[in-house]
Amino acid sequence: MVEEIGTTPEGDIIINVGPQHPATHGVLHLVITINGETIKKVEPHLGYIHRSIEKMCESLTYRQFIYVTSRMDYLSAHINNHACALCVEKGLQIEIPSRAKVIRVIMDELTRIASHELWWGAMAMDLGAFTPFFHAFRERETINDIMEETCGARLTMNYMVPGGVMLDIHPNFQKRVKDFITLYKSKISEYDELVTGNIIFQNRMKGVGYLSPEDAISFGCTGPTAKGSGVSSDIRKLYPYEVYDQVQFDEVLETGCDSFARYMVRIREMNQSIRIIEQLIDNIPEGDFQAKTKAVLKLPKGEFYQRVETARGEFGVYIVSEGGTTPYRIKFRSPGFSNLSALDQMARGSKLGDLVAMMGTLDLVIPDIDR
Amino acid sequence: MNNEELKIKISELLPTATFEEGTQWLTINVAPGDLHLLATQLRQDTSLFFDYLFCLTCIDWKTHLTMVYHLDSTKFRHNIVLKSKLDISSPAIDTVSDIWKTANFHEREVYEMFGVNFLGHPDLRLLILPDGWEGKRPMLKSFEDPINMIRL
Repeated sequence: MVEEIGTTPEGDIIINVGPQHPATHGVLHLVITINGETIKKVEPHLGYIHRSIEKMCESLTYRQFIYVTSRMDYLSAHINNHACALCVEKGLQIEIPSRAKVIRVIMDELTRIASHELWWGAMAMDLGAFTPFFHAFRERETINDIMEETCGARLTMNYMVPGGVMLDIHPNFQKRVKDFITLYKSKISEYDELVTGNIIFQNRMKGVGYLSPEDAISFGCTGPTAKGSGVSSDIRKLYPYEVYDQVQFDEVLETGCDSFARYMVRIREMNQSIRIIEQLIDNIPEGDFQAKTKAVLKLPKGEFYQRVETARGEFGVYIVSEGGTTPYRIKFRSPGFSNLSALDQMARGSKLGDLVAMMGTLDLVIPDIDR
Repeated sequence: MNNEELKIKISELLPTATFEEGTQWLTINVAPGDLHLLATQLRQDTSLFFDYLFCLTCIDWKTHLTMVYHLDSTKFRHNIVLKSKLDISSPAIDTVSDIWKTANFHEREVYEMFGVNFLGHPDLRLLILPDGWEGKRPMLKSFEDPINMIRL
């Protein structure tokens, strides 16, 4: 694959991290140039899990292509489906029932918490603490059980369809979500005791992986990566969709610009998600969960773009339609792809051991980057 | 700025630009040769300040390729779309990676998938496709994978 392994004429050493490496959380390959322990360059090599989803979608109908998108950012499967469903609805110009809107937002926020929980456990594990992983999974399993009951799946839900949601919520849904909120609130302080307040952890995170606000915007960073640099980029606030303009929540911003700031954004973001769910869970309107749509969907000729906020940042779906039953071209703007491109900038000049902390706080999901 | 104001402002910057009607965001068609100059002005003008390139992609129309740039301003929160038609036999356009750093990766992706040559790009190599992938551009409509598992 890469022939230039060894030393450069300047005496720097080139090493490989990945494609099979526990800290990359998937098959990401980094070629790193180091001088002593100091990183001079980080070069990502992608494509180990590239499935050409965009090309695949060109031969799938508007109902079928949504299932493929769960396999991109599998930790934000609901939100990916949501973006695609919204984009198709924008093309069809249909209004979905308010019950479906509220269910969609609750599911999105549960997904966001589940995703951040997994990130938190994995992040701590990367830095050598194994116990937090089990704490995170204890709460995450509860969300997975809720998903399983209503959607029938634990990871790739395929629950959002054009026109609403596939099935109505399970009768237990509201009670179980409320139980989860109680559980979460009783356990969240453990997270801070275990990891956030830990002095070793803080020393490994603070001042590591500096990303200036200007660079964050220029590199197209979104989500917690941008918010950790104080850049307001929450699509839920800036370009609200569904009922996000009717609920109270704060956009979490930190100004540290380092790994610890990005860490704190995610921890605080989970609390905001809980706040959104609390406002909606008792106020799910009665009525249909799906609008009446034709069996075969045909989008009019034109272009449609939908932006949503996933757990990792801004996800965009760009559909170019020629009026047929399948899209002419689809582009998925994945947050991880742009966030990863900033890694080189962050890592230059820092120590090799800190790279794990930087990669951890970028929250990379490799299928989302490769698509 | 709203779309009408943007339209007037951009017409002043580049009189040859044409506008599309009935689109989600203001869509501007520019010649490939003018794109870099206009993009620089869009980024630097204090009343426009398009500092965030949130999507960069290409569409194969069989007769020609179209480059599409989605721009957002973190200060004013107005959006525009830039489009530029490229010749299909030898597609080439100036890079915008010196204006928006995110374009570096996105242009590498478009280069390998569509074969568009980005003039002045600092590091135009394969990003996703394996090394030694020769000539074939998988996202072009003319490309047919011999092993297509989802042909319906």
